[in-house]
Amino acid sequence: MSASPPSPAAALPSVEEAVALGLTAAEYALVVDKLGRAPNQVELAMFSLLWSEHCSYKHSRKLLRTLPTEGPRVVMGPGENAGAVDVGDGLAVAFKVESHNHPSAVEPFQGAATGVGGILRDIFAIGARPIAVLDSLRFGEPSSPRSRFLLDGAVSGIGHYGNSIGVPTVGGEVYFEAPYEQNCLVNAMALGLAESSRMIRSAAAGVGNVLVLFGASTGRDGIGGASVLASAEFGEADEDKRPTVQVGDPFEEKKLLECSLELLERGLLVSLQDLGAAGLTSSASEMASKGEVGVEIDVSKVPLREADMEPFEVMVSESQERMLCVVEPARVGEVLALCHKWDVHGTAIGTVTDTGHVVVRDGDRVVGDMPVAALVDDCPLYDLAPAKPPQPLYAAPVRTLEPGASPRETLLALLSSPNVASRLPLFQQYDWLVQSRTVRRPAQADAAVLRLPNGRAVATSIDGNGRRVACDPYNGTVANVLECASNLACVGAEPLGTTNNLNFGNPEKPHIAWQLTEAVRGLGDACRALDAPIVGGNVSLYNEAADGPIYPTPVVGMVGEVPDPERAGRLGFSETDPTRPDVVGFAGPFRPHLPGSELAKLRGEPLPDGLPAADVAAVRAAQEAIRDAVRAGELSSAHDVAEGGFLVAVAECCLAGDVGAVLDVGASDDTDRLLFGEAPGGFVVSGPEDAVRRLAERVELDVFGRVGGDALEVTVGGERIDVPLAELREAHRALAPLFP
Amino acid sequence: MTTFGVIRFPGSCDEVDALQAARHFGEAKLLWHKDRDLGGVDAVVVPGGFSYGDYLRVGAIARFSPVMESVAEFARSGGLVLGICNGFQVLCEAGLLPGALLPNLERRFICRQLGIEVVSDATAWTAACSPGDVLSIPVKHTSGRYYVPDDQLADVNVVFRYAHDGNPNGSTNDIAGVANAEGNVVGLMPHPEHAVDPLTGSTDGLKLFESAVRERVPA
Repeated sequence: MSASPPSPAAALPSVEEAVALGLTAAEYALVVDKLGRAPNQVELAMFSLLWSEHCSYKHSRKLLRTLPTEGPRVVMGPGENAGAVDVGDGLAVAFKVESHNHPSAVEPFQGAATGVGGILRDIFAIGARPIAVLDSLRFGEPSSPRSRFLLDGAVSGIGHYGNSIGVPTVGGEVYFEAPYEQNCLVNAMALGLAESSRMIRSAAAGVGNVLVLFGASTGRDGIGGASVLASAEFGEADEDKRPTVQVGDPFEEKKLLECSLELLERGLLVSLQDLGAAGLTSSASEMASKGEVGVEIDVSKVPLREADMEPFEVMVSESQERMLCVVEPARVGEVLALCHKWDVHGTAIGTVTDTGHVVVRDGDRVVGDMPVAALVDDCPLYDLAPAKPPQPLYAAPVRTLEPGASPRETLLALLSSPNVASRLPLFQQYDWLVQSRTVRRPAQADAAVLRLPNGRAVATSIDGNGRRVACDPYNGTVANVLECASNLACVGAEPLGTTNNLNFGNPEKPHIAWQLTEAVRGLGDACRALDAPIVGGNVSLYNEAADGPIYPTPVVGMVGEVPDPERAGRLGFSETDPTRPDVVGFAGPFRPHLPGSELAKLRGEPLPDGLPAADVAAVRAAQEAIRDAVRAGELSSAHDVAEGGFLVAVAECCLAGDVGAVLDVGASDDTDRLLFGEAPGGFVVSGPEDAVRRLAERVELDVFGRVGGDALEVTVGGERIDVPLAELREAHRALAPLFP
Repeated sequence: MTTFGVIRFPGSCDEVDALQAARHFGEAKLLWHKDRDLGGVDAVVVPGGFSYGDYLRVGAIARFSPVMESVAEFARSGGLVLGICNGFQVLCEAGLLPGALLPNLERRFICRQLGIEVVSDATAWTAACSPGDVLSIPVKHTSGRYYVPDDQLADVNVVFRYAHDGNPNGSTNDIAGVANAEGNVVGLMPHPEHAVDPLTGSTDGLKLFESAVRERVPA
């Protein structure tokens, strides 16, 4: 402990200043205790960031410890920049999802763009080449001008960054719900490919080794982003926060990516870490913490964008497109030469020490000196005080469909509802094909499929319906995990690992704590039941505004294995031989219910208190049966039933395949529930009749009809619904006008 | 055996895809933007991406790179040069092809599989096609609207048009690709290097690379 404060002439900041930076008075007192003295400005800035919710996970860490993280295929688990799973032949696929919600709510284009930039850096920081991006977006209803502005900005920002850097955007999801009106969600997931033996960790090692900062120069952008933006609720004066949003430059990142991978390929680095939230403060401290060493950094050596920056500003700047690496002294020349080749700034800014302290110098002057453990490990972790709210938290959705609508009207209303309508108007603004790996592109299948150099493929999907979780945090989260795995099953993939992003309101409030606790319990139980361990993730809290919290939104991303990409499943029906049409089957332990469904939303019904529990083992068995049939090449199509229920799923199969279907679903005493009810575990499949009958030997399955024609014709209880494909298509393109 | 050279600028995105596409018919290697030496290649591909970040204007900075000086010389002496997307923009900026690429009419990035009609087979890069062929090839760009002043339009050697009313960017006369008068330099917005494998789309893009090989080894 350094009892004498480092040299600053200025007066030490007060406890009030600490509170303004986001620390509590008790946390400030603990900092004083750990240092043995009051922190100076540099130190206080660093503590306030590393002890922020965003960096310390102080309200969620205890819960996260309950999640399953181990499995036979996991090669890198939580704690590193990204997790990774073994995909055979010495190859690993790294993946992670991260949020950039708060910046995107302030400035959607840059917020979303830098969200993509940040997750890509996490991937190449462990030595993997980024091969795909997916995104998960939430906005208020598109009828609101603010939501349309945020949607347009976020989609443009994601495209701007991903398209410019040569990484395909292969999938994603978007939902529109009123509780996201003030707090939109922008979660970005990335996958990377690496040789397992070449992956690198972030622990600093080797006393006397050199810290090299490379990439963009450091400016004032993003100062305090982690503590100010991401760790507190938005108040009235959001305009003031605009300067704390970072600005991205995909060209700089592209050079940084190629430079980083070539540095690793040549074996020049001891360790590597990206600079994200809390900038140099977080990367240097975490590298030191993981390596159980100290570091000394001279801020006067950091290349600056603005000449008059204070040392604390240099340490906490969130300027984008920067990396920090540890290099043996003898290799520094080679590292800097390679940076020069890629026109990337590289500068030696410090050394690895044996002091166990983070020491910040400004030339000869020591301006900060703190034990690594105090910064990284000693942030207090809080127990939540969960309590189920006595009253409903969320207002009933606004009714847009009158009661008594016919099944035909209901089908068209659902197909054109913002949560169900075709996502192509978004996807076609993304490059989904660069790198020549994309075997299944958006709207072709329930999951994206990317081929690998070893002749196999991985599938990936991201899912997280928040309304379900608002109805029932536990069962809703289980349903999200099941849906993600069902999407993988439909292309023939078996889950290898899971990543997640927990987007919630203020955890200090008992009802949010309850949502979070129950959701994490559901996430853990479902991932355990599916043997899909969690290899990494992110938490975004305080997503609430004066009008209340967002729907609790645990977003689940999975990566699965497809042995033969030639047989990757499709969602669209196909008509190869009209004289022997495919039959349409409905498979799985599907027990549909209407409360909480998309139809209930259109009808303006309040959210129910609780959803029925799914039979997870039965759903898993159905997923395995579907997966095996797809892998055997037996089916023409497979599609998971999600929002809108069975009939919407069939319509989606028709639209994707540009062919109609003729179905007879028999009689029902509750037609709406049968046609439009939702639950996990339902699949629409098509294929030759003998193949579909064989599938029926393994899973509950009814054959309802056949593929063909240019309309969807459904007979239910004697009543006939007949909708031409063109009419279905027109309804389904409802989002197109949002992108004029 | 034909050797293709594919240029790598900082900010190139599709250079590895172009390399793989070219390897269906010959050898292929990357050419670094700072090198003037083209390494004795028989044909040059200027790939897609965002060279030098496309700062200032698409393709505007890349034309001044050392490698492009050599490519210009190579093109003027009859060497085979194909510019794809950003490469097309670079070739226009370099004056090796007529016209310019403006922002799409809808001002959005557009990624779509399209039908591309072959207008001319009298170029080094379309010799294996026939006029009227419609190739299934994707486009992906923000600035793909081909433009030449009306009084120069008649002189443009049009090689590809968007078929079936599928013009994604508002280009003049649905033009998707053009050649110089000699036919050794071709530029197009669609990405033939992304249409070389049935597993990831179509195989129609192979025709362009096949043409370049046929050009060198007359039957």
